[in-house]
Amino acid sequence: MKYTKEHEWLRVEGDLVVVGITEHAATQLGDVVFVELPEPETVVAEGDEVVVIESVKAASDILAPVDGEIVAVNQKLVDQPGLVNEDPTGAAWFFKMKLDDLSVLDDLMDEDEYNDLIG
Amino acid sequence: MSDLLRLGLHDLHVHLGGKMVPFAGYEMPVQYPAGVMKEHLHTRSAAGFFDVSHMGQVILRPKTDMARLCAGFEALMPVDVAGLAQGRQRYGLFTNDEGGILDDLMFANRGDHLFVVVNAACKAADIAHMQAHLSAVADVIPVTDRALFALQGPGAEAALGALLPGVAAMRFMDVAILPWQGAEVWVSRSGYTGEDGFELSVADGQALAFAQTLLAQDGVMPIGLGARDSLRLEAGLCLYGHDIDTTTTPVEAGLTWAIQKVRRTGGAREGGFPGAARILRELAEGPSRLRVGLRPEGRAPMREGTALFAGEDAAGTVTSGGFGPSVEAPVAMGYVPTTLSTPGTRLEGEVRGKRLPVTVAALPFVTTTYKR
Repeated sequence: MKYTKEHEWLRVEGDLVVVGITEHAATQLGDVVFVELPEPETVVAEGDEVVVIESVKAASDILAPVDGEIVAVNQKLVDQPGLVNEDPTGAAWFFKMKLDDLSVLDDLMDEDEYNDLIG
Repeated sequence: MSDLLRLGLHDLHVHLGGKMVPFAGYEMPVQYPAGVMKEHLHTRSAAGFFDVSHMGQVILRPKTDMARLCAGFEALMPVDVAGLAQGRQRYGLFTNDEGGILDDLMFANRGDHLFVVVNAACKAADIAHMQAHLSAVADVIPVTDRALFALQGPGAEAALGALLPGVAAMRFMDVAILPWQGAEVWVSRSGYTGEDGFELSVADGQALAFAQTLLAQDGVMPIGLGARDSLRLEAGLCLYGHDIDTTTTPVEAGLTWAIQKVRRTGGAREGGFPGAARILRELAEGPSRLRVGLRPEGRAPMREGTALFAGEDAAGTVTSGGFGPSVEAPVAMGYVPTTLSTPGTRLEGEVRGKRLPVTVAALPFVTTTYKR
């Protein structure tokens, strides 16, 4: 798993990258009650706002962690937003991306570096 | 958070895992480890303990007699003060000359004085307001050495009864002074969640022991400000500074139930409060806009500030909104033109640039369980 400072995790699955938010982020957000996903086949640039997530407390955005194309989204989250709190690093993945070059992931944090970040 | 005030029980909240955030000049627990959703649902099914010691407690002690004090207090509010029986509490509203709301509050007749509870963010202004207008008839005495707690939910009576057996005999909006371990607890059967429950003023020296004893009762869980907000929103209750403020009148806010007949046109003590001309006119003719409940049709919450539309026309603004854990859907309140205020009216709310359907709904969103 790779991590961003925006508290996203990225996992390579074949030639795709699966993206979700970390347990730390899910805890900070509180109970998630709404998820709005992008359309599949959307080309995005790093930093684009691609997902809207609302907890009981507030709305926040999830940003595209790298350049690429979103090829699949997890529709289950629309009906069961609470999955984000129950299983943030498993069942509650948000989208899958196709990247031109998987080596951009080398620049992201590994688990130890991420754990240092959240202290 | 160095310039913020701390609650007397700050260390207890931290010990309980409370996440402390700034609110109205205080460091307040917004949630505990259970989280807003569970805390909300727990309050509706068992009993929630809230520390609301940031709120202002004030005693109004008459300089001569209660009648003059009540008459003076009535001159600040469109509310029947003189008719409030001893041992009873009532909801009140300070108004300004334009009919806007300076604050909402609770006041109780405790025989030889009135006990007033006001919002934290307004308490300095409220105390100054009362001192400016009541000094001839009352001593305005801020109570600064007592904590204020609320215990809310269907389990509140049993849990509190273990400490204060007298509470079972109280009805909604009764007040009483009950003994606990040699000192007084000032109790009212009221709250701000839509549930049966109690508000409890406890001397600082006893506050920790009292809170810990209450938290040790079956079914009692600490509840933060996050759930306090979603509970009051589902109950259709106004949050000062959001749903009501100096730009909204009590009539626009749908708080006409708080204006007793005796203060209305034709009543024995009609008018005579700030903004009476506008408020009495709106009571007779209807206001141009009204606070209503709003049910977004989708899952996206419509939060405070969301603009409302009827077709292409602007149709008001959301003043409180979020997810209602008991309703299991987003809920909101806001002001709409009176012509669009009938429950069932379909409007749109603009969320992140998109117009989404929302329906005007009756308040409250949940069935209240006050013990009348």
